[in-house]
Amino acid sequence: MIGSLATIIWRDVRQSYASGGTWLPVIFYLSAATLFPFAVGPDRELLLQTGGGILWIAALLATLLPLDRLIQPDLENGVHDQLIVRGFSDEMIAAARLVSHWLAFGPPLLLAAFLASGLMGLEGAALGTLLASLAIATPALAGLAVMIAALTAGLKGAGALGGLLLVPLAIPLLIFGAGSLSAQGGSALLFLAAISLLLVAITPFAAGAALSAIRE
Amino acid sequence: MNEGQSTGSSERLLAEGLGCVRGGRILFRGLSFALQPGQAGLLTGPNGVGKSSLLRLLAGLLAPSAGLCDAPGTRALCDDRLALDEHLPLEQALRFWARVDGRSEADVAAAMERAGLAYLAEVPVRYFSTGQRQRARLARTYLTGARLWLLDEPANGLDSDSVNQLGAALQGHLDGGGIILAASHIPLPIAFDLSLRLEPLEELEACS
Repeated sequence: MIGSLATIIWRDVRQSYASGGTWLPVIFYLSAATLFPFAVGPDRELLLQTGGGILWIAALLATLLPLDRLIQPDLENGVHDQLIVRGFSDEMIAAARLVSHWLAFGPPLLLAAFLASGLMGLEGAALGTLLASLAIATPALAGLAVMIAALTAGLKGAGALGGLLLVPLAIPLLIFGAGSLSAQGGSALLFLAAISLLLVAITPFAAGAALSAIRE
Repeated sequence: MNEGQSTGSSERLLAEGLGCVRGGRILFRGLSFALQPGQAGLLTGPNGVGKSSLLRLLAGLLAPSAGLCDAPGTRALCDDRLALDEHLPLEQALRFWARVDGRSEADVAAAMERAGLAYLAEVPVRYFSTGQRQRARLARTYLTGARLWLLDEPANGLDSDSVNQLGAALQGHLDGGGIILAASHIPLPIAFDLSLRLEPLEELEACS
């Protein structure tokens, strides 16, 4: 069973990287970061103060991009049903999807954040904190994406609905993630880690419940 | 209303008083039958009567709303969806399921051979015609090594040679102690031990 799960995860990861879908959020992220200095001007102080927050918001928006490719295709072409027939539970499939989506989403996003922080003039400790907070939050963002993709699978206008669903769910991540960038942000990172753990822990069950409800 | 039960441990396929409700409508109820290893059942009935739902129920995709069903632990469902990665060549797409099912590379080659698709092993699945897609579905089913095959219109889109090939594969499965339940409106070239006809419930009630 474990070996089969690894096979499923590997298929998803390979597909994301091969289809180029992985690089879409990265390009989006870099474009958002590039636009920002044009919009507010090249004032170094201002960029330093706001840059981290902007990169955080861009990360949340980048989460929305792959939503329609996460769950819907496998439901449509019957792969999901075939896995259920083989005795996998919806929760196991959702957990595998969470792992594979994080592998295709987290590392490229961190790379993009590293590149984009140069545009904001972030360096040293501030850069380290930003990358640490994003690294802690990407599993939760991947989990939110899987949950929302499962909840909206098969609906018309799933993209717009996905955006509406993500905003309230991502607020705690944003508060503590962006909060960790301020001077007294040490405990914010811990809170961020706690929220991230919670979201990752409920993802298989929430997404799994949505997936089994679709089948009824 | 008592909840139905579905278990998957035995050698045979057994249904007792099986009922299914879909979209607030009773599709069938009180359905009982048994298939022993080496036996095949044919499922017939008009469109929308619940043939596919019965197969999905036996495959474990739906919970029965009443009754009890007991099926072998390993099952394969061949329905109208391909469940293969369209951009991959057939052999690689099948290899994914082979790894999930713990089957070997040789099994993949054998399944393609049985479905008459060996010559298309290197062709991406998205270029397949209707009949070739159907044969790819069958190859995926042969590959599972499952004891129970649940087939939903397995001969759809197949030419007569392919239907004969399908018959040979089905007979091979039965000879090896497998169980088959097929819903088909195209005659399949094997001998069925059981014929199961689903009738619309309203008409049944009008008659009685």
